[in-house]
Amino acid sequence: MNWKMSRVVRTIADIMVVPIIIFGIYLIIHGHLSPGGGFQGGAVIASSTALLIIAYGSFGKHKDSLSSLESTGLTLFILIAFLGLGYTVFYNFLASGGAVFGGTVPYGINPGRLDSGGTVPLMNIMVGLEVTAALSLILWMMAKGSDSMDVEEASV
Amino acid sequence: MPIYEIIIVLTLVGLVMTALAVVWFKDLISAAIALGASSLLLSLQFYLLRAPDVAIAEAAVGAALTTAIFIFAIRATDRQEGFS
Repeated sequence: MNWKMSRVVRTIADIMVVPIIIFGIYLIIHGHLSPGGGFQGGAVIASSTALLIIAYGSFGKHKDSLSSLESTGLTLFILIAFLGLGYTVFYNFLASGGAVFGGTVPYGINPGRLDSGGTVPLMNIMVGLEVTAALSLILWMMAKGSDSMDVEEASV
Repeated sequence: MPIYEIIIVLTLVGLVMTALAVVWFKDLISAAIALGASSLLLSLQFYLLRAPDVAIAEAAVGAALTTAIFIFAIRATDRQEGFS
């Protein structure tokens, strides 16, 4: 059953999905400076998926794409962890090398620098990708599974 | 008595009241919404106890995702509690 809520709910869901996703991406890429991280940002982005499924119904076929996205996140996580083989897991091979997250934090009291952290932001991004895909897959499969049941009155 | 302790006590009283409402309701959708409100108050309590990391995780998972999954499960079964 492809239910659809009213036009008001769909318009508000369309408006609210964009700030929720941007806030989730902010939580992921500032995970080494402020509260938050990969899991929290991924859960916030997956709540926007819940909003879309409640407003529009469980449309389309997304099982294979979400599952492959989850597998990609986990594989890249393990790959980044094993790039420091010979030293430690998640060895900071980006430190002061001029790469994207390879900067050093200046001395003294400072609000933190986004261009630092080494491999920890990369780990946060991969964990965020995996958690987003996994929780969206759980929500979508629950909605799809509750569609095919014998429902007498669809009151929700 | 500072405002900080007053907010903590009010949050704890609201937490107990919403947790009793979850048990009290016979309508399962009302119980799921009350569980979401309880989770939101628990998230506020985590923030007041200076654990903002746990507060974000609790607000995202407990208040949004768990409520959505409960409502999807109630759609596939009966709405009222008990055997009918």
